[in-house]
Amino acid sequence: MASNRQSTASASPWRAPVLFGILAILFVLEGTVRNDLFSGSWNTSLAILNMGLISAITALGVNMQWGYAGLFNVGVVGFLAMGALAPVLVSLPPVEGAWQAGGPRLILSLLAGLGVLALARLVWGRTRKGWAVALVLLAGFFLFRSLFDPAVLAIEGNNPARHGNIGGLGLPVLLSWLVGGVFAAAAAWAIGKVALGLRSDYLAIATLGIGEIIVAVMKNEDWLARGVKNITAIPRPVAYEVDLQQNPDFVAFAQGWGFSATEASGIWVKLSYMSLFLVVLLVLILLAELALKSPWGRMMRAIRDNETAARAMGKNVTRRHLQVFVLGSAVIGIAGAMMVTLDGLVAPTGYNPLRYTFLIWVMVIVGGSGNNWGAVLGSVLIWFLWIKAEVWGPAAIAALTGPLSDGPLKEHLLDSSPHMRFIAMGAVLLAVLRFAPRGLLPEK
Amino acid sequence: MDILNALVVFLNFVFIPAAAYGAQLALGALGVTLIYGILRFSNFAHGDTMAFGTALVILVTWGLQALGVGFGPLPTALIALPIGIALTSLMVLGTDRVVYRFYRRQKAAPIILVMASVGVMFVMNGLTRLVIGVDEIRFDDGERFIVTVRDFKAMTGLDEGLALRSTQALTLVVAFAVMIALFWFLNRTKSGKAMRAYSDNEDLALLSGIDPERVVRQVWIIAAALATIAGTLYGLDKSFKAFNYFQILLPIFAAAIVGGLGSPLGAIAGGFLVAFSEVAITYPWLKIAGYVAPWYEPGGLMQLLGTEYKFAVSFVILIVVLLFRPTGLFRGKSV
Amino acid sequence: MSGQNSFGNRGNRDASVVNTRGMGTIDGTRRSGPVGEGRAGDPFLIGEGMTGGYGKGADILHDCTISVEKGQIAVIVGPNGAGKSTAMKAIFGMLNLRQGSVRLNGRDITALNPQDRVKAGMGFVPQVNNIFPSMTVEENLEMGAFIRNDDIRQTMQQVYDLFPAVAEKRKQAAGELSGGQRQQVAVGRALMTQPQVLMLDEPTAGVSPIVMDELFDRIIAIARGGLPVLMVEQNAQQAMNIADKAYVLVQGANAHTGTGKELMANDEVRRTFLGG
Repeated sequence: MASNRQSTASASPWRAPVLFGILAILFVLEGTVRNDLFSGSWNTSLAILNMGLISAITALGVNMQWGYAGLFNVGVVGFLAMGALAPVLVSLPPVEGAWQAGGPRLILSLLAGLGVLALARLVWGRTRKGWAVALVLLAGFFLFRSLFDPAVLAIEGNNPARHGNIGGLGLPVLLSWLVGGVFAAAAAWAIGKVALGLRSDYLAIATLGIGEIIVAVMKNEDWLARGVKNITAIPRPVAYEVDLQQNPDFVAFAQGWGFSATEASGIWVKLSYMSLFLVVLLVLILLAELALKSPWGRMMRAIRDNETAARAMGKNVTRRHLQVFVLGSAVIGIAGAMMVTLDGLVAPTGYNPLRYTFLIWVMVIVGGSGNNWGAVLGSVLIWFLWIKAEVWGPAAIAALTGPLSDGPLKEHLLDSSPHMRFIAMGAVLLAVLRFAPRGLLPEK
Repeated sequence: MDILNALVVFLNFVFIPAAAYGAQLALGALGVTLIYGILRFSNFAHGDTMAFGTALVILVTWGLQALGVGFGPLPTALIALPIGIALTSLMVLGTDRVVYRFYRRQKAAPIILVMASVGVMFVMNGLTRLVIGVDEIRFDDGERFIVTVRDFKAMTGLDEGLALRSTQALTLVVAFAVMIALFWFLNRTKSGKAMRAYSDNEDLALLSGIDPERVVRQVWIIAAALATIAGTLYGLDKSFKAFNYFQILLPIFAAAIVGGLGSPLGAIAGGFLVAFSEVAITYPWLKIAGYVAPWYEPGGLMQLLGTEYKFAVSFVILIVVLLFRPTGLFRGKSV
Repeated sequence: MSGQNSFGNRGNRDASVVNTRGMGTIDGTRRSGPVGEGRAGDPFLIGEGMTGGYGKGADILHDCTISVEKGQIAVIVGPNGAGKSTAMKAIFGMLNLRQGSVRLNGRDITALNPQDRVKAGMGFVPQVNNIFPSMTVEENLEMGAFIRNDDIRQTMQQVYDLFPAVAEKRKQAAGELSGGQRQQVAVGRALMTQPQVLMLDEPTAGVSPIVMDELFDRIIAIARGGLPVLMVEQNAQQAMNIADKAYVLVQGANAHTGTGKELMANDEVRRTFLGG
């Protein structure tokens, strides 16, 4: 391992600053230069950056699981979706009549569901009889449905055109970010408990499954977040463009910088978001690095590098793995909550695993497994490429097909050129795996 | 009479669709399980290989249709299938040459192959979109039904009808033939046994004079063929939509793991188990209950779960099997 | 050791994505070079002046020479870590030789990869993982004869005659057999190629003394049948008793060479390796 050809390259202390510098230049170019490659709009540039930062936080969560413990989580999309529920349930204003319609009953049914699962576990522990557990689960399922269905019907029947959901608590949206982390952590605990305790892990398939299921729940349980009808108008933690544009002080300030009020308000909002995201990101990195340097982190790395030895020394490997899996998922959940806050909307149909699970993996691998700054670099860079590939792809195809005579083939190629981004991302991942498998910023 | 009607409804809405779907899953899972057993990693690109292969079959089908070539009552895609398999095999072999062989030569840990397969998945996904787009495509031609509801009712005089779509019958026949051929190959031929030997013990296979690269090539060709056949049958039965092939990855993986990764027999059993559970749990049993127990009025559809949650079913089966039998129904290679 | 583990140990615990069972260590993609001329007066098989190690790692063998004549048994003994198995693997083409050559039956086969050495007439039984556990005994033997296209039934019968215990279990999965029987299957598999030389890496490791004696008897029988046998042995005393020629390796180099009896009589050898 030491003879890896990358180990010498990573020795340079300038590697990280230089790469981050190049990244910064890309964003400045995007903000200032207007040509075939760049838009020349600060609004676009910052919009890419903001989403890139959220991806960075997601990648940070994945990197905790993968980098620290070697856990392969392919259900990132599900944990993001779990986090996305938090702003809906925490910070949206309460829906009139929803709680009265079926709130307590709903809570009761969910508690009953959990109770059934606990009972099943208890029965298994006591009797070790599969049929007894099956009986408990079956009876419990019908009990749950008999409580749950009417409650849901009542809630969804409440002003279905505008609401039909349970509504939120009207609390500050920043609080919901934390709650998002808690939601994702809870889901991670449940799934990790099952998939990590076996003779060997089955985490990949388990997370793949839970990811699909969480997204399916989000799409179909209208009482929760209106399903595919989408939730809009999630409250913002920053100013609204309209308010800024009507503020004479701000207009004057913008003109002082040579921007129109419309443009400046957009930039201002994005900068505010950026600051918030940066704070979250830096705090998380700080915590992650501190954790890694603590005895706990040393133990995590020891387990990762030689599990057998760690086990022989009496370390409870499964427990540690579960811990780090839950923590990493919590970070992903926070990112999920931040994402819907930035978008201002929850649209479950957009939760595509290719975009929200596997692209995140590309980010982590490209950045450097086990290196938090690498995860950040990889995320922002890959996100930039992902967005720009949509513009560059057609441009590249147009250039390539230039000599071709106009015809159905050329037309078809031009039409489908936006799909080039998938090929580009795959190619980037394969190239990194081949030529720099430890990533752009290898772990020290 | 009522019992017969109930049976017909059951066959029509549960048994036949589940059998066809199960056969498709089983073929997909066979590909996954072979690659896992012999190349030692879970191929995340398998769903997209299915989509890519099917896209090629569709293109060839269109070409044949434009030339006026048909296959009588059978879908034209059946003639296109061998060409599609050949092209997909070439593509997959090319991928192996460009991507995977490098790591095999280094004897790299299999996890890097998993990562590489994610990269291949992106590329294949993009290529499929590039070649055929993201829209839903129906490419089923020929006779649509073997037995229609009306014919069946006229024939039997029952209230309930039974329809057997030709694509369903075709799926079962083709899948059955493919499985027989595969088992014959693995258990009876020298190449097939060499493949199993390589799966069991790579070094010893080499020391017995088995050419590992040849085994790897054969596995890829078989996997490409299985993926293309499974994808085409699935596309004929339902319809072709690139994204669906990505989503089918979960039930396919679930089937392969439930059966025991690395065990071909397990993959087939897993495929049918997942398919039957999915259909049975998301089917509203009200009508059947109406025949079997007319006195009972449930006041609902008697549907355990909405069809939106069909993925949850494969997942739950997976968890249950893993909790009680971690190596899968048939003992696989994973422990 | 070999292989590039860019991700360290990450992910290799997850049975739903990776299958590490039965993974190989030999690069099967390496192509063979040309076969050269042997030298006059060579023994039947000789690895001469071998220097090299695994991959790009440090040298393990230093100018090591091992040979075996027709109808003879040659054993390699030595302390732990002396490079006994490595010498065997070097002869079989499983490590990079920086110097030296391997010649078999009048041909220089130094540039051949392991697969082609099998075709050139070498049979090798590794120390561990030397059977196909999920395949039946019979299939194991069939795989041994993979490179042959003629009728293998006669050879198979010979193997069954040699090892009657496994003959009864021909339809059983080899992985379910006892340790001694597995070793018999392993030797049988190598015999199925009808090799010109049989190489055994610690065939008696981990089997009971009774089984060990029986195995040694069989090996002698094989050698007396005309097939030269080269083996690495941990049980130096027994090995030298049956050896026509013995090599004592120390730190990857030849320390003593002679017939088994000569070395047994050698004081230094007795003191250091045979425990008095």
